[in-house]
Amino acid sequence: MSALKIKKGSSRHSAYNLRPQFSDVQETHTLAVIVDNEPGVLARVIGLFSGRGYNIDSLTVAEVDHTGHTSRITIVTTGTPQVIEQIKAQLGRIVPVHEVHDLTVEGASVERELALLKVAGEGEKRVEALRLADIFRAKVVDSTLTSFVFEITGGPEKIDAFADLMRPLGLHEMARTGVAAMSRGV
Amino acid sequence: MTRQMSGAKMVVQALRDQGVNVVFGYPGGAVLPIYDEIFQQNDIRHILVRHEQAAVHAAEGYARSTGRPGVVLVTSGPGATNAVTGLTDALMDSIPLVVLTGQVPTFMIGNDAFQEADTVGITRPCTKHNWLVSDTKNLSDIIHQAFHVATSGRPGPVLIDIPKDVQFASAEYVPPQKARTHHYQPQVKGDIEGITDLVAALEKAKRPIVYTGGGVINSGPAASQLLRELVEATGIPVTSTLMGLGAYPASGKHWLGMLGMHGLYEANMAMHGCDLMINIGARFDDRITGRLDAFSPDSTKAHIDIDPSSINKVIKTDIPIVGDIAHVLEDVLKVWKARGRKVNAEAIAKWWGQIEDWRRVDCLKFTQSGPTIKPQYALQRLETLTRARDRYICTEVGQHQMWAAQYLRFDDPNRWMTSGGLGTMGYGFPASIGVQIAHPDALVINVAGEASWLMNMQEMGTAIQYRLPVKQFILNNERLGMVRQWQELLHGERYSHSWSESLPDFVKLAEAFGARGIQCRDPADLDDAIMEMLDYDGPVIFDCLVEKHENCFPMIPSGEPHNKMLLGEASTKDAIKEGGAVLV
Repeated sequence: MSALKIKKGSSRHSAYNLRPQFSDVQETHTLAVIVDNEPGVLARVIGLFSGRGYNIDSLTVAEVDHTGHTSRITIVTTGTPQVIEQIKAQLGRIVPVHEVHDLTVEGASVERELALLKVAGEGEKRVEALRLADIFRAKVVDSTLTSFVFEITGGPEKIDAFADLMRPLGLHEMARTGVAAMSRGV
Repeated sequence: MTRQMSGAKMVVQALRDQGVNVVFGYPGGAVLPIYDEIFQQNDIRHILVRHEQAAVHAAEGYARSTGRPGVVLVTSGPGATNAVTGLTDALMDSIPLVVLTGQVPTFMIGNDAFQEADTVGITRPCTKHNWLVSDTKNLSDIIHQAFHVATSGRPGPVLIDIPKDVQFASAEYVPPQKARTHHYQPQVKGDIEGITDLVAALEKAKRPIVYTGGGVINSGPAASQLLRELVEATGIPVTSTLMGLGAYPASGKHWLGMLGMHGLYEANMAMHGCDLMINIGARFDDRITGRLDAFSPDSTKAHIDIDPSSINKVIKTDIPIVGDIAHVLEDVLKVWKARGRKVNAEAIAKWWGQIEDWRRVDCLKFTQSGPTIKPQYALQRLETLTRARDRYICTEVGQHQMWAAQYLRFDDPNRWMTSGGLGTMGYGFPASIGVQIAHPDALVINVAGEASWLMNMQEMGTAIQYRLPVKQFILNNERLGMVRQWQELLHGERYSHSWSESLPDFVKLAEAFGARGIQCRDPADLDDAIMEMLDYDGPVIFDCLVEKHENCFPMIPSGEPHNKMLLGEASTKDAIKEGGAVLV
């Protein structure tokens, strides 16, 4: 890749923007997009990602302001810094999009995801699953003599870790909501 | 006073209130109520095309030559799908259009009804925005918003899909003054920090260049005027993309000619060698940049664009300015004047000396010899014989388009209508119809290739019906010239399907429609034939038989930088490396 070729004083941008033109470093960013809650708006956002070849790692959407008819879409995406900048600019062009926030660069933020995991097993494995669930602060929301459904919330890594532990104990099925994220402070 | 009216009447009223006086369209089952309303009024003129694609291109021609949004009315299903090429074309070239489509009644949507298509789904990626109107009470508001969205910020096509029951039902009409203000309000004023940085760079620059694009024309006449003022005051050379021709006059003394793949040698060399590039309303398209890692290697790059996504998309920009061209240029001039009108005059004079050296290469030189008309000669004569007229030029897509851009000269904006981004063969003829509708007394010429022209030749019917004296200037080489050129250079001269077999007799074709047909094959007859075309009061098909194997030069081969131009046939051998063949 080409070397960092920035002439001194030629850019008034923060160091964040000072990178080689074709940097191939892959970064993961979490974007919060405030949109009009109207038909087709999700299709526009998804169509942008597929049409321009961007990645979606996770996407969640729900109405957050009933009177203002706005929804919040949280997208976790991966790409080079230039692609991430493009994604934000392209999202900003969509007419029903009001705001695009890059939570990864706009200061500290919290990310949470909810998952349901069905674990089937008997005897020692069943006890072990319950014990681990306790450590992860997962709740039992359904129980039969041969299975549990655990509800767990946390960052994606925590859920990954919990799922990895449940796998040998009889992980049967998993449903994840995708990431909801918000900046810290006001 | 509340005004109850049917949805169909509301459409006509909203168009009227938006100042629309022409609609290009084609009727069908799902838009009959609107057509019924059009029948009962005289404010809005409806132009019946012969194919929905042509309606959209005609509206594009209308929009580009007037600066006002073009309006299209077509039916559901095939009417809407036929419009898709035009919508994509308008999106790529940022042309403001409002397209109204009929839709099956709301209660039938999703049932695979007759002439049903998921129009908003199909057109979502090829419009700036679109709406499916589910209730008549929202209809007038949506139409007003549609005009706002189409024309503000970076312009583009929008589409409103109107189910038939929504056209029949009644609701209260909302006039434009009372319509909801849309949150979509793009920034027009440029950031003063960026503008100051640009002026500072301008004051010091030794080898500056202004590179303009379609954005200058889209911004309006004020932008062209301010561009001229800036260039005249600073003495900076100016080049333009295909889309921006006419923003700075070709007769202006700072004009370098078009740049890019088939741009002029001096323009491309200056782009490569400059130390300050001021991109005004262009988007670093791949036809312009060539090989990216060798694109203008030593320059500071400033980029003025109303669309933030254009900035840093392809080329890293040192001085980004988001805003409307006219607003930004006004501020640039203000700041530059306030800081004492400084330029590095000595260095710029030297830079001009270098440019004059490049200019002496005379890259557009050709020799008209022998019994066959060279396409360049045909355009040179057309230019000479029409220069003094009130002239609008459209083109199709291919070699003739590039030659037209090279040999015709534009002194004003909105005079040049060509499909730049999408490269739509079949664009030019319907576009010329739209232009002639907007400018009934002007000379409107469509420079065409025979293959492109045949793609929308059904519009001869429209031209005759509305007595539109559009001149179809066809450079007939019986080839898909540009395809043939690439096959010659890149595919071992294997001319796969790139010739026009079974061509019609264009003179008889013209006569069959009731137009004038002129054929010219002898260079000695060319002037007289062109004059005959110009003097005829009505549509003309001019079949100009030209040299069949002429190539379009200069050319930057795919995968090469600006300073590796091909200038003539002698230099083309082994010019394109293996990797270049995969690029288009």
